[in-house]
Amino acid sequence: MVIGIPMLWMGLFFLIPFAVVLKISFSEAIFASPPYTSIVEYISDESRLSISLNLGNYQYLWEDELYWRAYVNSLTIAFFSTLMCLLIGFPVALFIARSSPRWRPLLHLLIIIPFWSSLLIRVYSWMGLLRKDGIINSVLGYVGLVQDPQSMLQTSFAVYIGMVYTYLPFMILPLYSVLERQDASLREAATDLGSPPLRVFRKVTLPLSVNGIIAGSMLVFIPTIGEFVIPSLLGASDNLMIGRVLWDEFFANRDWPVASAVAIVLLAVLLIPIMIFQNSQNKSMEG
Amino acid sequence: MQRNLFLKTCFFLGVAFLYIPILVLITFSFNASDKVNVWAGFSLRWYRSLLDDPQILEAAQNSFVIAIVSATLATVLAMIASVVIVRFGPFRGRTLFTGMMSAPLIMPEVITGISLLLLFVAMQQLIGWPANRGFTTVVLAHATFCTAFAAVVLQARLRSLDSSLEEAAADLGSTPLRAFFKVTLPMMGPAMTSAWLLSFTLSLDDLVIASFTTGPNSTTLPMLIFSKVRLGVSPDVNALATLIIVGIGFAVTLSVAAARGPRENQE
Repeated sequence: MVIGIPMLWMGLFFLIPFAVVLKISFSEAIFASPPYTSIVEYISDESRLSISLNLGNYQYLWEDELYWRAYVNSLTIAFFSTLMCLLIGFPVALFIARSSPRWRPLLHLLIIIPFWSSLLIRVYSWMGLLRKDGIINSVLGYVGLVQDPQSMLQTSFAVYIGMVYTYLPFMILPLYSVLERQDASLREAATDLGSPPLRVFRKVTLPLSVNGIIAGSMLVFIPTIGEFVIPSLLGASDNLMIGRVLWDEFFANRDWPVASAVAIVLLAVLLIPIMIFQNSQNKSMEG
Repeated sequence: MQRNLFLKTCFFLGVAFLYIPILVLITFSFNASDKVNVWAGFSLRWYRSLLDDPQILEAAQNSFVIAIVSATLATVLAMIASVVIVRFGPFRGRTLFTGMMSAPLIMPEVITGISLLLLFVAMQQLIGWPANRGFTTVVLAHATFCTAFAAVVLQARLRSLDSSLEEAAADLGSTPLRAFFKVTLPMMGPAMTSAWLLSFTLSLDDLVIASFTTGPNSTTLPMLIFSKVRLGVSPDVNALATLIIVGIGFAVTLSVAAARGPRENQE
Protein backbone atom coordinates (compact mmCIF):
# COMPACT_ATOMS: atom_id res chain seq x y z
CA MET A 1 0.00 0.00 0.00
CA VAL A 2 2.55 2.53 1.20
CA ILE A 3 4.77 1.88 -1.78
CA GLY A 4 2.09 3.25 -4.07
CA ILE A 5 2.23 6.73 -2.51
CA PRO A 6 5.29 8.12 -4.34
CA MET A 7 4.00 6.62 -7.56
CA LEU A 8 0.61 8.26 -7.14
CA TRP A 9 2.21 11.53 -6.10
CA MET A 10 4.57 11.73 -9.05
CA GLY A 11 1.79 10.59 -11.39
CA LEU A 12 -0.57 13.25 -10.11
CA PHE A 13 1.89 16.13 -9.91
CA PHE A 14 4.29 15.29 -12.69
CA LEU A 15 2.63 13.17 -15.37
CA ILE A 16 -1.01 14.31 -15.40
CA PRO A 17 -0.09 18.03 -15.60
CA PHE A 18 1.35 17.43 -19.07
CA ALA A 19 -2.04 16.15 -20.19
CA VAL A 20 -3.63 19.30 -18.77
CA VAL A 21 -1.13 21.50 -20.61
CA LEU A 22 -1.81 19.60 -23.82
CA LYS A 23 -5.53 20.09 -23.35
CA ILE A 24 -5.26 23.82 -22.72
CA SER A 25 -2.94 24.29 -25.69
CA PHE A 26 -5.98 23.38 -27.82
CA SER A 27 -8.28 25.93 -26.26
CA GLU A 28 -8.77 29.61 -26.95
CA ALA A 29 -7.79 32.55 -24.80
CA ILE A 30 -10.67 34.58 -23.33
CA PHE A 31 -10.99 37.31 -20.75
CA ALA A 32 -12.19 35.29 -17.82
CA SER A 33 -10.92 33.34 -14.88
CA PRO A 34 -9.37 30.94 -15.83
CA PRO A 35 -8.50 32.71 -19.10
CA TYR A 36 -9.18 29.93 -21.58
CA THR A 37 -12.17 28.23 -23.14
CA SER A 38 -13.20 24.70 -22.37
CA ILE A 39 -12.59 22.30 -25.23
CA VAL A 40 -15.14 19.76 -24.04
CA GLU A 41 -18.75 20.85 -24.00
CA TYR A 42 -21.89 18.94 -23.20
CA ILE A 43 -24.72 20.10 -25.42
CA SER A 44 -27.79 19.09 -23.43
CA ASP A 45 -30.59 19.52 -25.99
CA GLU A 46 -28.81 17.22 -28.41
CA SER A 47 -27.36 15.20 -25.48
CA ARG A 48 -23.98 14.82 -27.05
CA LEU A 49 -20.44 15.69 -26.04
CA SER A 50 -18.78 18.22 -28.26
CA ILE A 51 -15.00 18.35 -28.33
CA SER A 52 -13.52 21.21 -30.26
CA LEU A 53 -9.78 21.18 -30.79
CA ASN A 54 -8.45 24.55 -31.69
CA LEU A 55 -5.20 24.24 -33.61
CA GLY A 56 -4.95 28.01 -33.88
CA ASN A 57 -2.26 28.29 -31.20
CA TYR A 58 0.05 25.90 -33.00
CA GLN A 59 -0.62 27.58 -36.32
CA TYR A 60 0.21 30.88 -34.67
CA LEU A 61 3.55 29.51 -33.42
CA TRP A 62 4.26 28.05 -36.85
CA GLU A 63 3.57 31.28 -38.69
CA ASP A 64 5.11 33.84 -36.38
CA GLU A 65 8.82 34.16 -36.96
CA LEU A 66 9.44 35.24 -33.37
CA TYR A 67 8.79 31.74 -32.03
CA TRP A 68 10.93 30.07 -34.66
CA ARG A 69 13.79 32.36 -33.87
CA ALA A 70 13.38 31.79 -30.15
CA TYR A 71 13.45 27.99 -30.51
CA VAL A 72 16.45 28.01 -32.87
CA ASN A 73 18.22 30.55 -30.67
CA SER A 74 17.64 28.49 -27.54
CA LEU A 75 18.94 25.32 -29.21
CA THR A 76 22.05 27.12 -30.47
CA ILE A 77 22.83 28.73 -27.13
CA ALA A 78 22.21 25.45 -25.29
CA PHE A 79 24.43 23.51 -27.70
CA PHE A 80 27.42 25.85 -27.45
CA SER A 81 27.00 26.27 -23.69
CA THR A 82 27.07 22.50 -23.29
CA LEU A 83 30.16 22.24 -25.46
CA MET A 84 31.95 24.92 -23.46
CA CYS A 85 30.96 23.27 -20.18
CA LEU A 86 32.35 19.98 -21.47
CA LEU A 87 35.63 21.52 -22.63
CA ILE A 88 36.14 23.35 -19.34
CA GLY A 89 34.61 20.68 -17.11
CA PHE A 90 36.50 17.65 -18.35
CA PRO A 91 40.00 18.75 -17.33
CA VAL A 92 38.65 20.02 -14.00
CA ALA A 93 36.92 16.69 -13.28
CA LEU A 94 40.01 14.78 -14.42
CA PHE A 95 42.22 16.80 -12.10
CA ILE A 96 40.00 16.06 -9.09
CA ALA A 97 39.75 12.37 -9.97
CA ARG A 98 43.54 12.05 -10.34
CA SER A 99 44.46 14.04 -7.25
CA SER A 100 45.48 12.25 -4.08
CA PRO A 101 42.61 10.69 -2.09
CA ARG A 102 43.42 12.97 0.81
CA TRP A 103 42.59 16.10 -1.20
CA ARG A 104 39.75 14.72 -3.30
CA PRO A 105 36.87 15.36 -0.86
CA LEU A 106 37.88 19.00 -0.42
CA LEU A 107 38.27 19.61 -4.17
CA HIS A 108 34.95 17.84 -4.76
CA LEU A 109 33.33 20.08 -2.15
CA LEU A 110 34.63 23.16 -4.01
CA ILE A 111 32.48 22.10 -6.98
CA ILE A 112 29.45 21.02 -4.94
CA ILE A 113 29.06 24.37 -3.15
CA PRO A 114 28.29 26.33 -6.34
CA PHE A 115 26.08 23.43 -7.52
CA TRP A 116 23.89 23.99 -4.47
CA SER A 117 24.08 27.77 -4.39
CA SER A 118 21.30 30.00 -5.53
CA LEU A 119 21.09 30.25 -9.32
CA LEU A 120 19.44 33.65 -9.06
CA ILE A 121 22.22 35.04 -6.89
CA ARG A 122 24.93 33.55 -9.04
CA VAL A 123 23.46 35.18 -12.14
CA TYR A 124 23.01 38.43 -10.23
CA SER A 125 26.69 38.42 -9.26
CA TRP A 126 27.58 38.68 -12.95
CA MET A 127 25.35 41.72 -13.39
CA GLY A 128 27.72 43.64 -11.14
CA LEU A 129 30.76 42.43 -13.08
CA LEU A 130 29.48 43.03 -16.61
CA ARG A 131 27.93 46.48 -16.14
CA LYS A 132 29.30 49.45 -18.00
CA ASP A 133 30.91 50.73 -14.79
CA GLY A 134 31.38 47.20 -13.47
CA ILE A 135 34.51 45.53 -12.15
CA ILE A 136 35.62 44.00 -15.46
CA ASN A 137 35.50 47.30 -17.33
CA SER A 138 37.23 49.08 -14.43
CA VAL A 139 40.07 46.55 -14.48
CA LEU A 140 40.37 46.63 -18.27
CA GLY A 141 40.32 50.41 -18.22
CA TYR A 142 42.95 50.53 -15.48
CA VAL A 143 45.26 48.27 -17.47
CA GLY A 144 44.58 50.41 -20.51
CA LEU A 145 42.96 47.76 -22.67
CA VAL A 146 39.66 49.58 -22.95
CA GLN A 147 39.32 53.32 -23.42
CA ASP A 148 35.61 53.48 -24.05
CA PRO A 149 33.89 50.94 -21.78
CA GLN A 150 30.63 49.41 -23.02
CA SER A 151 28.11 47.51 -20.96
CA MET A 152 28.46 43.80 -21.58
CA LEU A 153 24.99 43.16 -20.22
CA GLN A 154 22.14 42.40 -22.62
CA THR A 155 24.46 40.60 -25.03
CA SER A 156 24.80 37.00 -26.15
CA PHE A 157 28.24 37.03 -24.55
CA ALA A 158 26.66 37.70 -21.17
CA VAL A 159 24.13 34.89 -21.71
CA TYR A 160 26.91 32.42 -22.54
CA ILE A 161 28.91 33.49 -19.48
CA GLY A 162 25.82 33.06 -17.32
CA MET A 163 24.99 29.64 -18.76
CA VAL A 164 28.50 28.22 -18.47
CA TYR A 165 28.95 29.70 -15.02
CA THR A 166 25.65 28.32 -13.73
CA TYR A 167 25.74 24.88 -15.33
CA LEU A 168 29.45 24.03 -15.13
CA PRO A 169 29.07 22.09 -11.85
CA PHE A 170 26.27 20.02 -13.46
CA MET A 171 28.85 18.87 -16.02
CA ILE A 172 31.77 18.37 -13.63
CA LEU A 173 29.96 16.25 -11.04
CA PRO A 174 28.80 13.35 -13.30
CA LEU A 175 32.16 13.44 -15.16
CA TYR A 176 34.00 13.22 -11.87
CA SER A 177 31.92 10.29 -10.69
CA VAL A 178 32.79 8.18 -13.78
CA LEU A 179 36.44 9.29 -13.85
CA GLU A 180 36.91 8.51 -10.18
CA ARG A 181 35.69 4.94 -10.67
CA GLN A 182 38.08 4.22 -13.54
CA ASP A 183 40.65 1.56 -12.90
CA ALA A 184 44.16 3.05 -13.01
CA SER A 185 45.64 -0.34 -13.96
CA LEU A 186 44.05 -0.08 -17.42
CA ARG A 187 45.99 3.10 -18.09
CA GLU A 188 49.15 1.58 -16.67
CA ALA A 189 48.73 -1.41 -18.96
CA ALA A 190 48.37 0.86 -21.99
CA THR A 191 51.43 2.86 -20.92
CA ASP A 192 53.46 -0.31 -20.36
CA LEU A 193 52.53 -1.43 -23.84
CA GLY A 194 54.10 1.76 -25.16
CA SER A 195 51.21 4.18 -25.64
CA PRO A 196 52.09 7.87 -25.25
CA PRO A 197 49.95 9.73 -22.65
CA LEU A 198 47.73 11.48 -25.20
CA ARG A 199 46.92 8.17 -26.81
CA VAL A 200 46.16 6.55 -23.46
CA PHE A 201 43.73 9.40 -22.88
CA ARG A 202 42.11 8.95 -26.30
CA LYS A 203 41.94 5.16 -26.26
CA VAL A 204 41.32 4.40 -22.57
CA THR A 205 40.19 7.35 -20.46
CA LEU A 206 37.83 8.95 -22.97
CA PRO A 207 35.91 5.82 -24.08
CA LEU A 208 35.45 4.82 -20.44
CA SER A 209 33.87 8.17 -19.58
CA VAL A 210 31.22 8.20 -22.31
CA ASN A 211 28.40 7.66 -19.80
CA GLY A 212 29.51 10.62 -17.72
CA ILE A 213 29.85 12.79 -20.80
CA ILE A 214 26.30 11.92 -21.90
CA ALA A 215 24.80 12.42 -18.45
CA GLY A 216 26.65 15.71 -17.90
CA SER A 217 25.82 17.03 -21.37
CA MET A 218 22.12 16.30 -20.96
CA LEU A 219 22.09 17.81 -17.45
CA VAL A 220 23.38 21.01 -19.04
CA PHE A 221 21.70 20.94 -22.45
CA ILE A 222 18.08 20.27 -21.45
CA PRO A 223 17.64 22.86 -18.67
CA THR A 224 19.57 25.55 -20.60
CA ILE A 225 17.13 25.34 -23.52
CA GLY A 226 14.25 26.39 -21.29
CA GLU A 227 16.30 28.69 -19.05
CA PHE A 228 14.43 31.79 -17.94
CA VAL A 229 16.46 33.62 -15.30
CA ILE A 230 19.74 33.91 -17.24
CA PRO A 231 18.36 35.30 -20.52
CA SER A 232 16.02 37.68 -18.72
CA LEU A 233 18.70 39.16 -16.46
CA LEU A 234 21.73 39.05 -18.76
CA GLY A 235 20.31 38.75 -22.30
CA ALA A 236 19.03 41.26 -24.81
CA SER A 237 15.32 41.62 -25.44
CA ASP A 238 15.74 41.19 -29.20
CA ASN A 239 17.63 37.91 -28.79
CA LEU A 240 14.93 35.89 -27.10
CA MET A 241 15.12 32.41 -25.66
CA ILE A 242 12.04 30.24 -25.50
CA GLY A 243 11.83 30.11 -21.70
CA ARG A 244 11.46 33.86 -21.58
CA VAL A 245 8.92 33.83 -24.43
CA LEU A 246 6.79 31.32 -22.53
CA TRP A 247 7.03 33.42 -19.36
CA ASP A 248 6.01 36.59 -21.18
CA GLU A 249 3.09 34.90 -22.95
CA PHE A 250 1.90 33.66 -19.61
CA PHE A 251 2.50 36.57 -17.26
CA ALA A 252 2.58 39.64 -19.53
CA ASN A 253 0.07 38.67 -22.24
CA ARG A 254 -1.94 36.33 -20.02
CA ASP A 255 -2.39 34.08 -23.05
CA TRP A 256 -2.40 30.72 -21.30
CA PRO A 257 -3.29 28.63 -24.37
CA VAL A 258 -0.38 30.01 -26.43
CA ALA A 259 1.97 29.58 -23.46
CA SER A 260 0.78 25.96 -23.21
CA ALA A 261 1.40 25.40 -26.91
CA VAL A 262 4.91 26.84 -26.49
CA ALA A 263 5.49 24.40 -23.61
CA ILE A 264 4.20 21.41 -25.59
CA VAL A 265 6.42 22.20 -28.58
CA LEU A 266 9.39 22.66 -26.24
CA LEU A 267 8.63 19.32 -24.62
CA ALA A 268 8.49 17.67 -28.05
CA VAL A 269 11.87 19.18 -28.93
CA LEU A 270 13.29 17.84 -25.67
CA LEU A 271 11.83 14.35 -25.95
CA ILE A 272 14.86 12.77 -27.60
CA PRO A 273 17.46 14.39 -25.30
CA ILE A 274 15.33 13.37 -22.29
CA MET A 275 15.23 9.77 -23.50
CA ILE A 276 19.01 9.78 -23.97
CA PHE A 277 19.37 11.06 -20.42
CA GLN A 278 16.99 8.46 -18.96
CA ASN A 279 18.86 5.73 -20.78
CA SER A 280 22.26 6.83 -19.48
CA GLN A 281 20.74 7.22 -16.01
CA ASN A 282 19.42 3.65 -16.05
CA LYS A 283 22.75 2.32 -17.27
CA SER A 284 24.73 4.05 -14.56
CA MET A 285 22.23 2.92 -11.89
CA GLU A 286 22.26 -0.73 -12.92
CA GLY A 287 26.00 -0.76 -13.59
CA MET B 1 54.32 15.93 -15.57
CA GLN B 2 53.42 18.53 -18.17
CA ARG B 3 49.96 17.13 -18.37
CA ASN B 4 49.49 17.44 -14.62
CA LEU B 5 50.43 21.07 -14.86
CA PHE B 6 47.84 21.54 -17.61
CA LEU B 7 45.11 19.88 -15.53
CA LYS B 8 46.12 21.86 -12.46
CA THR B 9 45.91 25.13 -14.38
CA CYS B 10 42.48 24.19 -15.75
CA PHE B 11 41.27 23.29 -12.29
CA PHE B 12 42.40 26.52 -10.68
CA LEU B 13 41.05 28.63 -13.52
CA GLY B 14 37.76 26.73 -13.31
CA VAL B 15 37.45 27.23 -9.57
CA ALA B 16 38.45 30.88 -9.89
CA PHE B 17 35.73 31.32 -12.51
CA LEU B 18 33.17 29.72 -10.17
CA TYR B 19 34.14 31.69 -7.08
CA ILE B 20 35.36 35.17 -8.07
CA PRO B 21 31.94 36.65 -8.96
CA ILE B 22 30.51 35.48 -5.64
CA LEU B 23 33.51 36.80 -3.69
CA VAL B 24 33.17 40.18 -5.37
CA LEU B 25 29.48 40.25 -4.47
CA ILE B 26 30.21 39.37 -0.84
CA THR B 27 32.92 42.04 -0.64
CA PHE B 28 30.63 44.74 -1.96
CA SER B 29 27.87 43.83 0.48
CA PHE B 30 30.11 45.36 3.17
CA ASN B 31 30.59 48.56 1.21
CA ALA B 32 29.77 51.80 2.99
CA SER B 33 28.93 53.61 -0.23
CA ASP B 34 25.58 53.29 -1.94
CA LYS B 35 27.37 53.28 -5.28
CA VAL B 36 27.87 49.65 -6.22
CA ASN B 37 31.20 50.12 -7.97
CA VAL B 38 33.09 52.42 -5.60
CA TRP B 39 34.61 51.05 -2.43
CA ALA B 40 34.16 53.49 0.45
CA GLY B 41 35.13 51.46 3.48
CA PHE B 42 33.67 48.66 5.56
CA SER B 43 30.14 48.95 6.83
CA LEU B 44 27.24 46.80 7.94
CA ARG B 45 24.60 49.37 6.97
CA TRP B 46 23.07 47.19 4.23
CA TYR B 47 22.59 44.34 6.66
CA ARG B 48 20.87 46.69 9.09
CA SER B 49 18.61 47.97 6.33
CA LEU B 50 17.52 44.39 5.60
CA LEU B 51 16.23 44.03 9.13
CA ASP B 52 14.13 47.17 8.73
CA ASP B 53 12.44 45.92 5.58
CA PRO B 54 9.19 44.15 6.49
CA GLN B 55 8.71 42.91 2.90
CA ILE B 56 12.00 41.04 2.97
CA LEU B 57 11.36 39.58 6.40
CA GLU B 58 7.93 38.36 5.36
CA ALA B 59 9.21 36.84 2.12
CA ALA B 60 12.06 35.16 4.00
CA GLN B 61 9.61 33.69 6.47
CA ASN B 62 7.38 32.39 3.65
CA SER B 63 10.37 30.84 1.91
CA PHE B 64 11.66 29.14 5.05
CA VAL B 65 8.33 27.62 5.98
CA ILE B 66 7.73 26.41 2.42
CA ALA B 67 11.25 24.97 2.25
CA ILE B 68 10.96 23.12 5.57
CA VAL B 69 7.59 21.55 4.76
CA SER B 70 8.41 20.61 1.18
CA ALA B 71 11.86 19.21 2.06
CA THR B 72 10.27 16.99 4.71
CA LEU B 73 7.59 15.76 2.32
CA ALA B 74 10.14 15.20 -0.43
CA THR B 75 12.49 13.21 1.82
CA VAL B 76 9.72 10.87 2.98
CA LEU B 77 8.41 10.33 -0.57
CA ALA B 78 11.91 9.84 -1.97
CA MET B 79 12.76 7.36 0.80
CA ILE B 80 9.76 5.16 -0.04
CA ALA B 81 10.43 5.49 -3.76
CA SER B 82 14.10 4.56 -3.34
CA VAL B 83 13.26 1.43 -1.35
CA VAL B 84 10.81 0.46 -4.08
CA ILE B 85 13.32 1.04 -6.87
CA VAL B 86 16.39 -0.45 -5.19
CA ARG B 87 15.05 -3.28 -3.04
CA PHE B 88 11.98 -4.50 -4.92
CA GLY B 89 12.59 -6.62 -7.97
CA PRO B 90 11.15 -5.85 -11.38
CA PHE B 91 7.47 -4.95 -11.29
CA ARG B 92 4.98 -3.70 -13.79
CA GLY B 93 5.46 -0.05 -14.58
CA ARG B 94 8.97 0.05 -13.10
CA THR B 95 10.43 1.84 -16.15
CA LEU B 96 7.66 4.42 -16.03
CA PHE B 97 8.22 4.87 -12.30
CA THR B 98 11.99 5.34 -12.51
CA GLY B 99 11.44 7.65 -15.47
CA MET B 100 8.99 9.76 -13.46
CA MET B 101 11.46 9.90 -10.59
CA SER B 102 14.34 11.22 -12.68
CA ALA B 103 12.64 13.37 -15.33
CA PRO B 104 12.05 16.33 -12.99
CA LEU B 105 15.85 16.59 -12.57
CA ILE B 106 16.25 17.92 -16.07
CA MET B 107 12.81 19.29 -16.96
CA PRO B 108 13.08 23.02 -17.74
CA GLU B 109 11.52 24.90 -14.87
CA VAL B 110 9.13 26.87 -17.06
CA ILE B 111 7.52 23.61 -18.20
CA THR B 112 7.21 22.20 -14.67
CA GLY B 113 5.86 25.54 -13.48
CA ILE B 114 3.17 26.04 -16.11
CA SER B 115 2.05 22.41 -16.02
CA LEU B 116 1.63 22.39 -12.24
CA LEU B 117 -0.25 25.68 -12.28
CA LEU B 118 -2.65 24.45 -14.97
CA LEU B 119 -3.15 21.25 -12.97
CA PHE B 120 -4.05 23.25 -9.85
CA VAL B 121 -6.47 25.38 -11.85
CA ALA B 122 -8.08 22.29 -13.38
CA MET B 123 -8.32 20.60 -9.97
CA GLN B 124 -9.95 23.66 -8.50
CA GLN B 125 -12.60 23.60 -11.22
CA LEU B 126 -13.16 19.88 -10.84
CA ILE B 127 -13.08 19.26 -7.09
CA GLY B 128 -12.77 22.74 -5.63
CA TRP B 129 -9.38 22.04 -4.06
CA PRO B 130 -6.92 23.76 -3.74
CA ALA B 131 -9.36 26.65 -3.27
CA ASN B 132 -6.76 29.32 -3.89
CA ARG B 133 -3.14 29.36 -4.82
CA GLY B 134 -0.43 30.21 -2.33
CA PHE B 135 1.38 28.34 0.38
CA THR B 136 -0.17 24.91 -0.27
CA THR B 137 0.29 24.92 -4.03
CA VAL B 138 3.93 26.04 -3.79
CA VAL B 139 4.63 23.32 -1.24
CA LEU B 140 3.06 20.65 -3.46
CA ALA B 141 5.07 21.88 -6.44
CA HIS B 142 8.35 22.08 -4.55
CA ALA B 143 7.89 18.70 -2.88
CA THR B 144 7.41 17.19 -6.34
CA PHE B 145 10.62 18.37 -7.95
CA CYS B 146 12.64 18.03 -4.73
CA THR B 147 11.57 14.38 -4.48
CA ALA B 148 13.49 13.64 -7.66
CA PHE B 149 16.69 15.22 -6.29
CA ALA B 150 16.32 13.62 -2.86
CA ALA B 151 15.80 10.24 -4.53
CA VAL B 152 19.16 10.48 -6.31
CA VAL B 153 20.96 10.92 -2.96
CA LEU B 154 18.94 8.20 -1.21
CA GLN B 155 19.13 5.63 -4.01
CA ALA B 156 22.91 5.96 -4.22
CA ARG B 157 23.23 5.35 -0.47
CA LEU B 158 20.72 2.50 -0.43
CA ARG B 159 22.57 0.73 -3.22
CA SER B 160 25.82 0.90 -1.29
CA LEU B 161 24.19 -0.51 1.87
CA ASP B 162 24.57 -4.20 2.51
CA SER B 163 21.15 -5.79 2.06
CA SER B 164 22.32 -8.87 4.00
CA LEU B 165 21.66 -6.97 7.23
CA GLU B 166 18.00 -6.63 6.29
CA GLU B 167 17.95 -10.28 5.28
CA ALA B 168 19.47 -11.25 8.63
CA ALA B 169 16.72 -9.34 10.42
CA ALA B 170 14.13 -11.11 8.29
CA ASP B 171 15.71 -14.51 9.02
CA LEU B 172 15.55 -13.75 12.73
CA GLY B 173 11.81 -13.28 12.36
CA SER B 174 11.36 -9.54 11.78
CA THR B 175 8.50 -8.47 9.60
CA PRO B 176 9.70 -6.48 6.55
CA LEU B 177 8.28 -3.31 8.09
CA ARG B 178 10.12 -3.91 11.37
CA ALA B 179 13.35 -4.69 9.53
CA PHE B 180 12.94 -1.43 7.64
CA PHE B 181 12.43 0.67 10.75
CA LYS B 182 15.02 -1.10 12.90
CA VAL B 183 17.77 -1.76 10.36
CA THR B 184 17.43 0.19 7.11
CA LEU B 185 16.19 3.52 8.40
CA PRO B 186 18.90 4.04 11.06
CA MET B 187 21.59 3.30 8.50
CA MET B 188 20.00 5.75 6.07
CA GLY B 189 19.97 8.59 8.61
CA PRO B 190 22.95 10.54 7.26
CA ALA B 191 21.80 10.18 3.65
CA MET B 192 18.33 11.37 4.66
CA THR B 193 19.82 14.43 6.36
CA SER B 194 21.73 15.16 3.21
CA ALA B 195 18.66 14.64 0.98
CA TRP B 196 16.60 16.89 3.24
CA LEU B 197 19.20 19.67 3.15
CA LEU B 198 19.47 19.45 -0.64
CA SER B 199 15.67 19.67 -0.99
CA PHE B 200 15.59 22.54 1.48
CA THR B 201 18.11 24.61 -0.47
CA LEU B 202 16.46 23.79 -3.81
CA SER B 203 13.11 24.95 -2.51
CA LEU B 204 14.59 28.06 -0.91
CA ASP B 205 16.19 28.88 -4.23
CA ASP B 206 13.41 28.36 -6.68
CA LEU B 207 12.07 31.36 -8.56
CA VAL B 208 10.33 30.01 -11.65
CA ILE B 209 8.14 27.23 -10.27
CA ALA B 210 7.12 29.35 -7.26
CA SER B 211 6.19 32.28 -9.51
CA PHE B 212 3.84 30.09 -11.53
CA THR B 213 2.21 28.28 -8.63
CA THR B 214 1.92 30.96 -5.97
CA GLY B 215 -0.95 33.30 -5.29
CA PRO B 216 -1.14 36.98 -4.36
CA ASN B 217 -0.20 36.68 -0.68
CA SER B 218 2.75 34.32 -0.72
CA THR B 219 5.70 36.13 -2.22
CA THR B 220 8.85 34.10 -1.70
CA LEU B 221 12.35 35.44 -1.20
CA PRO B 222 13.61 34.61 -4.74
CA MET B 223 10.54 36.33 -6.22
CA LEU B 224 11.28 39.44 -4.19
CA ILE B 225 14.98 39.35 -5.12
CA PHE B 226 14.13 38.90 -8.80
CA SER B 227 11.83 41.91 -8.84
CA LYS B 228 14.54 44.02 -7.17
CA VAL B 229 17.34 42.69 -9.37
CA ARG B 230 15.44 43.47 -12.56
CA LEU B 231 15.88 47.12 -11.71
CA GLY B 232 19.65 46.72 -11.42
CA VAL B 233 22.41 46.00 -8.94
CA SER B 234 21.80 47.33 -5.44
CA PRO B 235 23.83 47.01 -2.25
CA ASP B 236 21.00 45.70 -0.05
CA VAL B 237 20.47 42.80 -2.48
CA ASN B 238 24.21 42.12 -2.16
CA ALA B 239 23.79 41.84 1.60
CA LEU B 240 20.77 39.56 1.30
CA ALA B 241 22.57 37.41 -1.28
CA THR B 242 25.58 37.12 1.03
CA LEU B 243 23.40 35.87 3.87
CA ILE B 244 21.78 33.28 1.60
CA ILE B 245 25.14 32.09 0.25
CA VAL B 246 26.63 31.76 3.72
CA GLY B 247 23.54 29.81 4.79
CA ILE B 248 23.75 27.49 1.79
CA GLY B 249 27.49 27.00 2.23
CA PHE B 250 26.81 25.95 5.80
CA ALA B 251 24.07 23.52 4.69
CA VAL B 252 26.32 21.93 2.05
CA THR B 253 29.19 21.41 4.46
CA LEU B 254 26.81 19.91 6.99
CA SER B 255 25.33 17.63 4.37
CA VAL B 256 28.69 16.45 3.05
CA ALA B 257 29.87 15.83 6.60
CA ALA B 258 26.68 13.85 7.30
CA ALA B 259 27.11 11.76 4.17
CA ARG B 260 30.79 11.08 4.73
CA GLY B 261 31.00 10.63 8.49
CA PRO B 262 29.68 7.08 8.97
CA ARG B 263 31.40 5.70 5.89
CA GLU B 264 34.80 6.74 7.18
CA ASN B 265 34.05 5.26 10.56
CA GLN B 266 33.42 1.94 8.91
CA GLU B 267 36.73 1.89 7.12
